[in-house]
Amino acid sequence: MEWLVATMIGLLIGCGIYLLLRSRSFPVVLGLLLLSYGVNLFVFAAGGLRVNQPPLIASGQPYADPLPQALVLTAIVIGFAMTAFVLMLALRALSELGSDRVDERQGDEES
Amino acid sequence: MIAIAPPLAAILLSPLLGALLAPLAERRWKRAPSVVAAVASTLALIVLLLQVPAIVEGAIPLQQWAWLPAMGLDLALRCDGLSLLFALLILGMGLLVDLYARYYLPTDAPRGRFYALLLTFQCAMLGIVLSDNLLLLVLFWELTSLVSFLLIGFDPSTAGARRGARMALLVTGAGGLALLAGVLLLGSVVGSLSLTEVLAAGDQVRNHALYLPILLLILLGAFTKSAQVPFHFWLPGAMSAPTPVSAYLHSATMVKAGVFLLARLFPVLADGGLWFALVGGVGLATFLFGAYVALFKHDMKGLLAYSTISHLGLMVFLIGLGTPLGVVAGLFHAINHAVFKASLFMAVGIIGHETGTRDMRRLSGLFVFLPITGTLAMVAAASMAGVPLLNGFLSKEMFFVETLDSPRIAGWPLLQWLMPAAAILGGAFSAAYSLRLIRDVFFNGRFDGQSLGLSKPPGEPRRLMRLPIEVLVAVCLLVGIFPEQVVRPVLSLGARGVLGFVPDYHLALWQGWSPAFQMSLAALGGALLLHLVRRPLFAAHARWFPPARGARSFQRLSARLLGLAYRARQRIESLSLPTNLRWLVATAILLATLGWLMARPSDGVPIRWIAVTPMPLDGPSLAAAAILTLSTLGVVLRRGDRLWALLLTGAVGLVVSLAFVHFSAPDLALTQVSVEIVTTLLLLLVLTLLPSSLDLRPPRWRQRRDLLLAVSGGIGSAVLAALMMLRPAKPISEGYLQSSEPLAGAGNVVNAILVDFRALDTLGEISVLAIAAVGIAAMTRGLTLRLPTRGDTAGSRARPEDDGAPDRDVRHPLMLGAVARPVLPAALMLAAFLLLRGHEAPGGGFVAGLVVGAALILLQVANGFGWTAARFHPDYLRLIGVGLLLALLTGLGALLFDRPLLTSAMLHWPLPLLGELHLTSTLIFDVGVLLVVTGTLLLILESLGRLGNSGRDTLTIGTSREAG
Repeated sequence: MEWLVATMIGLLIGCGIYLLLRSRSFPVVLGLLLLSYGVNLFVFAAGGLRVNQPPLIASGQPYADPLPQALVLTAIVIGFAMTAFVLMLALRALSELGSDRVDERQGDEES
Repeated sequence: MIAIAPPLAAILLSPLLGALLAPLAERRWKRAPSVVAAVASTLALIVLLLQVPAIVEGAIPLQQWAWLPAMGLDLALRCDGLSLLFALLILGMGLLVDLYARYYLPTDAPRGRFYALLLTFQCAMLGIVLSDNLLLLVLFWELTSLVSFLLIGFDPSTAGARRGARMALLVTGAGGLALLAGVLLLGSVVGSLSLTEVLAAGDQVRNHALYLPILLLILLGAFTKSAQVPFHFWLPGAMSAPTPVSAYLHSATMVKAGVFLLARLFPVLADGGLWFALVGGVGLATFLFGAYVALFKHDMKGLLAYSTISHLGLMVFLIGLGTPLGVVAGLFHAINHAVFKASLFMAVGIIGHETGTRDMRRLSGLFVFLPITGTLAMVAAASMAGVPLLNGFLSKEMFFVETLDSPRIAGWPLLQWLMPAAAILGGAFSAAYSLRLIRDVFFNGRFDGQSLGLSKPPGEPRRLMRLPIEVLVAVCLLVGIFPEQVVRPVLSLGARGVLGFVPDYHLALWQGWSPAFQMSLAALGGALLLHLVRRPLFAAHARWFPPARGARSFQRLSARLLGLAYRARQRIESLSLPTNLRWLVATAILLATLGWLMARPSDGVPIRWIAVTPMPLDGPSLAAAAILTLSTLGVVLRRGDRLWALLLTGAVGLVVSLAFVHFSAPDLALTQVSVEIVTTLLLLLVLTLLPSSLDLRPPRWRQRRDLLLAVSGGIGSAVLAALMMLRPAKPISEGYLQSSEPLAGAGNVVNAILVDFRALDTLGEISVLAIAAVGIAAMTRGLTLRLPTRGDTAGSRARPEDDGAPDRDVRHPLMLGAVARPVLPAALMLAAFLLLRGHEAPGGGFVAGLVVGAALILLQVANGFGWTAARFHPDYLRLIGVGLLLALLTGLGALLFDRPLLTSAMLHWPLPLLGELHLTSTLIFDVGVLLVVTGTLLLILESLGRLGNSGRDTLTIGTSREAG
């Protein structure tokens, strides 16, 4: 199971990187989303995988590691804010530059 | 060491409070700031004078609070004789300058800012002389540099002021850094940064191997601040400051900070030979150089600036002699110089104000118009020249005595001859430039107002503006005639503050036909001679003397450095995001690979990479993995088809949430699902605004390179993740699990970590949210977007033109609207439920905030932004601010009960029927989190919504239904 999760993390991060390197803003945002899924899972997985052991004191020992969960919880929310920020940045760039390209060759004709 | 009733800190706080009040007072009454400044300085002066009895008795009032004890930084103040002497100078001069500036500043000048800066400077300068902690001293030292920068550039519209301010800041700021390094070394040698302890450890320091670097670094700080050669060039540049500032900072007080520092550390650093060679040598060179250059300056303030440099050199030289009498003479001259130079600056300010120029070649015969100011200036200039009956004469004579029989030069016949000669030469030049200043400005023919373009003849200023000059000139005379009575008490206290004892020194108007008196006469005679041959002298100077290059080469150097930095940046920086990211990703992969290759077992035991037996696979997990794989690849492959890509991303997010559910993280699953909904909504809104176009086809090699990066990054992180999950490590969170119930009263450990154990982190995180929200709101301001034509979206038709308020005629899906309205109360109930139970079970402020946000967004989407805004339109920024404040105040509340920041409190409250209500202060913190999250969500969505509404077409989801 660990290997399966690890493969999924690798897949998400790899695809995220690939999309991040595209030259238009929308794919970059998608890449950012995939990358943050991957990284969140990665940090979460640092605590090890447990089934049916939520870190709620009432549920009885043993518990899953609560620390990575706390880290990831805020990361998810901040990730949303950052996605929104990047989107707005993309819109602003579109309005200022008239193009949604994020590489240096601004103003080339679109294909 | 005795504690004295009025605390020393009040001396610093009074000007500081004044600095805060001055700009506020300006709103009420234009001239109020000067009153505030006068009151603040007077209060500080009273508190200072209350310390005097104790100091006279030989006590040193001390006061200290720990500030950053781990760094050795204490708020420690002391007030010995030396501190008292300088503090009196700072506050006394401050009061006079306050009064002078009140009339000097033009009526439209920003007085609040001016006096606020002046008082801040006063506080910082007092801090330097009152610090008992060396780090604190450096802190105040840098603060004076900063305020000096702001005051020199007080009128930032002139290039000279900007240049002068920058140069002064760079030179004195760099010196301050050297001083910091020296002080830290000194502290490491002594083992304490407390001045009291450092002063007691003189022998230890002087015999230490680090003595030389300490001495050099501290001297660098002192010399830059006190404008010693070769760092003098910033001071003439600082003359672009308003004249009150030049009088106060750049002649009377701030530039004397270096002299003060030398006197302060005299018992620790003055060893004899090296001290004499470095401090005495630099001081004497500066004395001669400044006096020489001052004679040839045509600008009155320029002359005074170089004269200040020269006199500072004189003081540094006297302290550099390393003898007790040298110290006394140096301190004495510090007082005298402040008095006569400040009055001259003020007089020059009046002349410049009345005639519109400071160029002595264009001024003449002003005595007829300004008889009183002229007389005052003449007395002050005579004091500067060292004419008997005036204070300058006394300290200059002490200087001559010291050059004659200093024990330092006993074995050096050449120096025994050279030093007095240099003293006479410098004295002659300073008398000559004093003479020139008076003669050129007040006499030297008739005044020609027409060539200066003056409409009215210059006249005496208002009485109150002249008052400070009158006071200062009176001090010149009093000290000069009754030195024993007027100045000895203070001077002796100052000397005792440095030396620990009062050396036997003579202060008398007439000391007989001594060699020193003959030297004084020789200097005055030399000045007359110089005056007689001034024409050929000026010609020779213009012909042979190299033009002043310090400032220019400094500017050239800094310009070159800036250019270098700019070019270096241009080479590295690319304007292309993919290129930058490619470097980032490649570096990360490279570093990770290197780390992997260089991993060595620390204690010889081979690393056991895999220590945990992997969990068995099961069918649902495999199915979920398959869905995840397909959707992820789908996103990559169908990214051009944006709706598809969006839906597939949502699918990925849902599988991730399922993973959280499966692997015992209910809180994460709740959060992820809520965020998923909101993100999808957000992307849908943006979709219509971004042009729909396929990815560009980059060259094949570039695609391969990106693919290589992506694959290696993916494989690397997969391997890393697997090893991390299977490693034999104990989690560090055991403590949280054990103490969650007893300490935080929480059953949900994740929530306990968020709102209690690591609440400070959470506070930081919601601040990030707030910043992102504000940034987004700011970016939408004035944003205009050309909406893509709708022809390319299948099935839609072009809508008739409308007028920018289109929300009214957009029909929204009836079903959605009907469902959304009852959903809101239910969602609010759910949010309250999640919030309240967050401490015990999955839930909490983050999730609850997301639920509230999502419900409100649903309402907006279903009914349109206009509909919602008409009924419910809070100020989201304020909502975020309230949330942040609530969280912060909850944390600060703990301070009231003497607990560390963000300590939680618990309250158990039995309720009839419902059982025990279990409240903790963290609930309020969580409410703060909720408000920030909700506010951020709504602000973002509203920003986007306004964007759509302001355009030609609306952006609500409703439009897609309309097409059908």
